[in-house]
Amino acid sequence: MNVGLQHYLIVSGLLFSLGLLGVVVRRNLLVIFMGLELMLNAANLSLVAFSRYNANLDGQVMVFFIITVAAAEVAVGLALIVALYRKRQTAHVEDLTTLKL
Amino acid sequence: MPQFTDLLFFAFAGMALLFGFLTVANPVSRNPVTSAMFLVLTIISLAGLYLLLHAFFLAAVQVLVYAGAVMVLFLFVIMLLDIKEEERRRLKTFTVGVGSVAVAALLGILTVSALSAKPGSPAGQTRLAIGDTAELGKVLFNHWLLPFEILSVLLLVAMVGVILLSKKDLK
Repeated sequence: MNVGLQHYLIVSGLLFSLGLLGVVVRRNLLVIFMGLELMLNAANLSLVAFSRYNANLDGQVMVFFIITVAAAEVAVGLALIVALYRKRQTAHVEDLTTLKL
Repeated sequence: MPQFTDLLFFAFAGMALLFGFLTVANPVSRNPVTSAMFLVLTIISLAGLYLLLHAFFLAAVQVLVYAGAVMVLFLFVIMLLDIKEEERRRLKTFTVGVGSVAVAALLGILTVSALSAKPGSPAGQTRLAIGDTAELGKVLFNHWLLPFEILSVLLLVAMVGVILLSKKDLK
């Protein structure tokens, strides 16, 4: 059995599901953020696989951009979490219900 | 007789999935630091998969930017916040059940669509030098030059925003 595009796509799908599971199930803001990173990485993996199996480098350029945007996103997100922690002394989503009616 | 690269694929994919699982649902420890460490291992396994896909530059960037810069930022914030509460809290069974069902449904959809993908064929070195960093640079700086420059502005915006957000008296 040769490893092909579908193998990579299934690994990517599994990783994405794991990341989503982390976002849905875990209650710590930082771990939720890590789940987001996992989902981004899963999308990157499928893009690189498509790029390889279609002989087109645009997919890799896309992944390059995604990594850069993800770095910016992590910086801003973590700064937001720190600012929130300063105000509320918590990083738990269950304690952050100010907007709840 | 499986090829050596196929064995490498299964090794890296298995490692990525195992460490990914330990990142989000570690049965032993719910400490965010443990999750962060397993996330580093997941990212390094993914870099291995990129190497198998001949994306050498991206593998290097993945290790440098993700496993290096981003994870250092994560660990820095975790240490700064000094989170110990996580260990004590119990997860709600209802939340875990519903979340797992929803994720399993999504996984089913993803698997079906992945299996219906056209197999394609890996590009030989002759057709297009996939993985050649020089090729990637040519594409990036010819066809994608404007998005590249916009991205630098985005990084500047993010940097200014982070400095503003980290100020002591946030108005």
